[in-house]
Amino acid sequence: MAQDLKLTGYRRENGRVGVRNYVAVIPVDDISNAAAEGVSYLIRDVMALPHPYGRLQFGEDLELTFDTLIGTGRNPNIAAAIVIGIEPKWTQRIADGIAETGKPVAAFSIERYGDLKTIEAASRKAKEFVQWASEIPREEIGLGELMVSAKCGESDTTLGLASNPAIGRVFERMLAEGATAIFGETSETTGGEDIIADNAINDKVKQEFLKTFQDYQDFIVGTGADLLGSQPTEGNIRGGLSTIEEKALGNVEKMGRNKLTSVLKPAEAPAGPGLHFMDSSSAAAEMVTLAAAGGSVLHFFTTGQGNIIGNPIIPVMKVTANPLTIETMSEHVDVDLSAMLRLEMDLDEAADSVLDVMAHTVRGKLTAAEALRHNEFVLTKLYRSA
Amino acid sequence: MKHGALMHNHDDDVAVVVQDVEHGTSVQAVTLEGDTIATVTAVDDVPLGHKIAVRDVDQGKDVIKYGRSIGEASEAIKAGAHVHTHNIKSKRWA
Repeated sequence: MAQDLKLTGYRRENGRVGVRNYVAVIPVDDISNAAAEGVSYLIRDVMALPHPYGRLQFGEDLELTFDTLIGTGRNPNIAAAIVIGIEPKWTQRIADGIAETGKPVAAFSIERYGDLKTIEAASRKAKEFVQWASEIPREEIGLGELMVSAKCGESDTTLGLASNPAIGRVFERMLAEGATAIFGETSETTGGEDIIADNAINDKVKQEFLKTFQDYQDFIVGTGADLLGSQPTEGNIRGGLSTIEEKALGNVEKMGRNKLTSVLKPAEAPAGPGLHFMDSSSAAAEMVTLAAAGGSVLHFFTTGQGNIIGNPIIPVMKVTANPLTIETMSEHVDVDLSAMLRLEMDLDEAADSVLDVMAHTVRGKLTAAEALRHNEFVLTKLYRSA
Repeated sequence: MKHGALMHNHDDDVAVVVQDVEHGTSVQAVTLEGDTIATVTAVDDVPLGHKIAVRDVDQGKDVIKYGRSIGEASEAIKAGAHVHTHNIKSKRWA
């Protein structure tokens, strides 16, 4: 590769590489958010991850919440984790799932103590973790050690022309070095699903992808709703996308010339390097939260009309080629590819540009979304609770 | 810039305008490799990022972009017309 990216990161107990070094406080359920946030008010550099679920969920929906919370704690950007829940059993289950990585984890439950005693005990542990984590040095890392993800949002026609093919080229270079990449957005492949299927590494993966795709189509039909009112979105339509097929054909450009290595369940960690499709929503914060739970440490977010999403535990890099968005929403843009629309920047130059900003981000420079405190942590809910 | 609109594929019916285009303006449609495919006169205003027809498309015919169907023409589309939700509809989830 022409670029010497000089990457640094944090090598964790299980060998995985992170690019941030947070101590996270993960609430098991909605009613534990107050205690989790209480710890983050008292102790510096602690990241509380409040969310609205975790009570009376059941079946596949409950398992996905567990997988997402455990996966979040396991993410290599997290140095150590504190789990707080209303009762000890589910709290311990999540803490145990995180502890498999070898990182420090502590669990606290609120019943029989109350919020204030829980906050005190958890804060004492958080202080210990933060002081410990603050001494972990950055080390040199290779491009191939990274797990990254990509999705688009507030898409328009500039994604298919410029931003998504640029990410496809970035993925080609990263995967050649042994890196791992995740993309997804099941509904948004409609009209381009055959392209993904035809690029599967073998027939088994092809059939798995087609089943995942068809299950989603069946789900839509089963609801009796008209998804065409939501896909493409009003933002997509304002940006010039007319149909779901047109949107999908732009979306799948993110694959580049890579093969599809595996199909992942929501929040599932890839078993090895390559390009992986995660069954996921096209809602930006849901998909990025699932990708982070699967182990992505950095997200490439291509946008046309200007989606402003961020994530609390992984840097989200905004890539756009839309000159109007760059002019009107510059504080949200990390990589400007508008020269591609002027035919003044080719795909390789665009990939150089994205990788250069990525290298800065990996080394610790805050993305626009990080600086603007965009901390959207959004669990995917499959169905209503009991 | 010399070009006004970009095409994914040589045989696409539509091109994406890369700046706001007023009706009556002549628009040069080129591929991403810079090959000029057509020069059309806009018969509608076409906003940045929206599609302009580079050739006529009959009602009911597939509208081609990326060399593939992105839906069908819900009315006859003239070369130079703004192509969007008013004259193209999805063939999926119908």
